[in-house]
Amino acid sequence: MTLQISETAPPRAEKTRRKAPKVPLREQLIGWLFIGPFGVVFLAFLVAPLVYALYLSLFRKALIGGTSFVLLDNYTKAFTDPSFLDGAWFVIRFSLVLIPVQMLISLAMALILDIVTSAFARFSRLMIFLPYAIPAVIGALMWGFLYSKNFGPLGDIFGLFGASAPDFLSNDLIFYGLLNIVTWQWAGYYMIILYAALQGIDPTLYEAARIDGASTWQITLRIKIPLITPALLLILVFALIGTLQFFNEPKILRDLAAGAIGPDFTPNMYAYQQAFGLANFNYGSAISFALGGVVFVCVYVFLFATRKRGSFLS
Amino acid sequence: MKRKPFLAAAATLVLAGTLVACSSGDDGTSSSDGGGGGGSDASNCTNTIPKPDLPAVTLWAWYPNMELVVDNFNELNDEVQVCWTNVGEGGDEYEKFQTAIAAGTGAPDVIMIEADRIPTFQVQDALVDISDYGYEDVKDDYSEGAWQDVSVGDAVYGVPVDGGPMGMIYRKDIFEQYGITPPTTWAEYEQAAQTVRDAGGPLFGDLGANVPAVMMALQIQKGASPFAYDTDDPENIGIALNDQASKDVLEYWGGLVEKGLVGTQDQFTPEYISGVINGDYATYISAAWAPGYLTGAGVGEGADSGQFAVAPLPQWDPANPVQVNWGGSAFSVTSQASDPELAAKVAFGIYADEASLTDGWTNQVIFPLNLNALEDPAFVDLEVEFFGGQQANKEVYVPAANAYEGFTYSPLQQYYYDAMTEQLGALNQGSITGSEAADRLQDDVVSYAEEQGFTVQ
Repeated sequence: MTLQISETAPPRAEKTRRKAPKVPLREQLIGWLFIGPFGVVFLAFLVAPLVYALYLSLFRKALIGGTSFVLLDNYTKAFTDPSFLDGAWFVIRFSLVLIPVQMLISLAMALILDIVTSAFARFSRLMIFLPYAIPAVIGALMWGFLYSKNFGPLGDIFGLFGASAPDFLSNDLIFYGLLNIVTWQWAGYYMIILYAALQGIDPTLYEAARIDGASTWQITLRIKIPLITPALLLILVFALIGTLQFFNEPKILRDLAAGAIGPDFTPNMYAYQQAFGLANFNYGSAISFALGGVVFVCVYVFLFATRKRGSFLS
Repeated sequence: MKRKPFLAAAATLVLAGTLVACSSGDDGTSSSDGGGGGGSDASNCTNTIPKPDLPAVTLWAWYPNMELVVDNFNELNDEVQVCWTNVGEGGDEYEKFQTAIAAGTGAPDVIMIEADRIPTFQVQDALVDISDYGYEDVKDDYSEGAWQDVSVGDAVYGVPVDGGPMGMIYRKDIFEQYGITPPTTWAEYEQAAQTVRDAGGPLFGDLGANVPAVMMALQIQKGASPFAYDTDDPENIGIALNDQASKDVLEYWGGLVEKGLVGTQDQFTPEYISGVINGDYATYISAAWAPGYLTGAGVGEGADSGQFAVAPLPQWDPANPVQVNWGGSAFSVTSQASDPELAAKVAFGIYADEASLTDGWTNQVIFPLNLNALEDPAFVDLEVEFFGGQQANKEVYVPAANAYEGFTYSPLQQYYYDAMTEQLGALNQGSITGSEAADRLQDDVVSYAEEQGFTVQ
């Protein structure tokens, strides 16, 4: 677990680029050969399916009347379809709550583990990371059972204080139930990324700060956090993309949360239902691309808003 | 020295090339080898084929005793062997079949489907009409109503295996404790529920949003007829989901939920089953195959053994009782079968031998439609262990099956069920009334039908 993220890792290509010297053809060929294997897999398993899905999304197949070319009708339908819009609004709201919570928790844990250097810290680091090693499906099932009214422990625990347990699988609380599962699953992973970034900071900076009379608190706020901003932005983008494509956890919990999670709960679930439940592959593809559009807009807006912070993509 | 990187790169590329070749080679074999579609060539069977020299037919099915059924068939048959896979129950299997239809490859030769889904797949030309492949020979083994449920117009798209005549399963201990007798009408059902609740008893039943077929059956019992569809006129469809009868039944159940008399748990879930085991529900409105399912899930064991009993389904009008059906499956030949005639032999022959049928009904995993079993005195008089020795077939299920007149299913069944599930969920949350649920359902399904190219009447 000695992951090192160098501060200046991504070389700033555009700044150092001069007029490229002419590379001999033979060397160019070797370059192509090296990326060949990757290129083949990339084209076959990423680009080709995407192009095919895009192609599918331009048609409409009806049970009666067969397939017809409809250009962007499926997209018009998606952006006026309450199922899609409600789902998209749900994942956006979910991101707005989830991402700050997740980042605060992982940042706090990383900072604490960075300061404490006992054997217990290594153990804690492993334990905090552990949920990420549990497959999402197993994690969701496990939490589903923990939330269960009939055989979950919540009822007993709250019973001790004479209170009735909250039902995290009900319509009102499912939002928080899912929030808890996702945070539990991912906070440890983000903690490791931030921890690695913290380990990459030159310790002489702390020394200099101490000589200047800075307290631990000041070192944390003024040195550590600003220096790991690129890593913070990185996990933010990861979390944003992941959350907008929310699928596994609600899909698994659907069977346990009676009625609280519909087939159109998130856009990805809706696309899945359209394609595989109702044989409407065309509309399913269109929803996937529409969701891709939403993700792109959200990420772009975010990167635009943080462009001055020296982000990792600049 | 300069050659080395070049050679390495070339070697890598060749390696990648062979990998790609491998995968495309696999594709080639599975699509050309139509007999073993679905990646289920002989080596992928769940069962071992005793006579490997005979041609094999692939089959998807999820009956709990399917392994035995397949072995029986293979043992008895010298013409063809069955290669069986269980790809999931109900919806899971339909999703895979749906994907295989869209892909044009990957479906099995013979598939188990519930009778209510037959029009959905038939309209996509995914099933083969088997009326020319030996239907006449086995025609008399099943009642006319049974054939009716697997036919679309004059064409036969499946061989019936089991049905789901409905009854009311109840707990004798709870009924005794609160001094009630099995209700015969829905009004009595509500009264009994109120009695139990007023005495601080458990819930009386459950309105599961994920079993829309039950609600459909209960609406039909009140006189609703959700769909009118005829393949001779495939572009027209009649949809009546918000008539008075449909609304009344939704209002009735919505009312039970509102008064806290019945639960709102999804059925077939661990939460629901653990509730049944706990004795959280006094009744279970369900079909004849339910005891086998409940037993398999661990209900009725230990202290609960023999605590269950079954009574006929409560009626709206006791003078004119109506019996309804939930579930029941058939074997259909898919249009991807390489040899439909051979596949039809399997569809007709499997689960039709005495040993398999007897195993099925003694364990209550099926309510057989094959008349050889249905009219067998041993079946009719069976003292069902789950019901504490009650002659459930004779008293409840056989009369219900005989009075059942058949439903008209539509090619929109899957969408209709999904939409119903959504509305039942909202009804369970108390956010809409039963009438609103019916109206929304009607609008939703009508607009889907129009989008799919049907003319709605």
